[in-house]
Amino acid sequence: MSTPEVEEPAASSDSAVSTQAEISAEIAQVESARQRDGATRAQPAIDYPPYRSSILRHPTKDLHHADPETIELWSPCFGHSDIGDAEADLTIQHTGEPIGERMTVTGRVTDGEGRPVTGQLVEIWQANAGGRYVHKRDQHPAPLDPNFTGVGRCLTGPDGSYFFRTIKPGPYPWRNHLNAWRPAHIHFSIFGNAFTQRLVTQMYFPGDPLFALDPIYQAITDQKARHALVATYDHTQTQPELSLGYRWDVVLTGPAATWTEEDR
Amino acid sequence: MSLATPGQTIGPFFGYALPYERDNELVPPTCEGAVRLHGRVLDGHGKPIPDALVEIWQADPQGRVVQVPSSLRRDGWTFSGFGRASTDADGHYWFTTLSPASTEPDRAAFFAVAVFARGLLDRLFTRAYLPEEALDADPLLASLPADRRRTLVLTPDPHGYVFDIRLQGADETVFLRYRT
Repeated sequence: MSTPEVEEPAASSDSAVSTQAEISAEIAQVESARQRDGATRAQPAIDYPPYRSSILRHPTKDLHHADPETIELWSPCFGHSDIGDAEADLTIQHTGEPIGERMTVTGRVTDGEGRPVTGQLVEIWQANAGGRYVHKRDQHPAPLDPNFTGVGRCLTGPDGSYFFRTIKPGPYPWRNHLNAWRPAHIHFSIFGNAFTQRLVTQMYFPGDPLFALDPIYQAITDQKARHALVATYDHTQTQPELSLGYRWDVVLTGPAATWTEEDR
Repeated sequence: MSLATPGQTIGPFFGYALPYERDNELVPPTCEGAVRLHGRVLDGHGKPIPDALVEIWQADPQGRVVQVPSSLRRDGWTFSGFGRASTDADGHYWFTTLSPASTEPDRAAFFAVAVFARGLLDRLFTRAYLPEEALDADPLLASLPADRRRTLVLTPDPHGYVFDIRLQGADETVFLRYRT
């Protein structure tokens, strides 16, 4: 297979050579350039050099406009035969209690018109309280927790709601640049009413001091849009002497078939 | 209309969470009519991406949209139309599945494809068209210059089809934005 000659980018992928100050300056530069043109951008910039791994992994040609066809206007169907109820509780997957701050996260998945996304699959994965993933590539020397894997699944209910019980993940270091740390987050994978609505994203926690420093979060250059990834603390979800409650709603705006309950 | 929730990269650590048993076997390889759909996910230097995830969603061989569960717990008999495959160290992924038919008249048949990877800040959509269909008449393919259109058409091989996904570069795959 012939490899086209591509001009070497300013910084190669995955090289932890830049300082945080340099990365922060790049973040500010991109944001001010994008603010000047005044466009609203709900989605992250995929061409975002402060996130070094993105440099060779994003298309450079414009996305091609396509009229969705029937298959794309529907979503795969998931059911209770696919998932056990216990998979939504990440604190009971082992014999003992995981270490860390017990929490719940709930919210509604809706389409752009506010209609619920019902019976669809929500998958999450996350680091443990110490900021360590159960993954061979994570060599961060924080301890693994034998009572915590950090993987969960559930189906949305008739009102589009999902619910997980887990442990608040810790922030963790990565090698994008020197002294790079990710804000604490939970990865979410969500199916909508149509394949066009397929979403993989990350949910963050309010008030994280690492937000301004993080090139993945800041790749969403619109402040209002990136704030949509931050959960709110919800005391009505907090359970006495048990766990803190967070709320995070998801909106999926891709086109979908119009369907009725009988169609499903 | 509410603002869409933004996407974020799938990151490097999905490998212990999203894959599941027989996620890439929409049908068993021994099933009558089974084909292999496979290829590599490549970066802007043509290097394999070993931490990508590819999902397909497709109609059945009669062009019907399937709405039955069993994607996550394959029973070996039920075709759900959905599959998920992680790339290996060589950037290679593969599915065993059935060839889809088109869901509309006068359109070529395709697999709908979503691509995720560490370093890719938002998922990408594309289509992998069956090569034996009447491709010239298809409106999406007709709207593309020949050298771009080529990136969406499967190459036949002895067991099925090859679909390489190039995230960047001269032969960059055509990725889609759906009109609302």
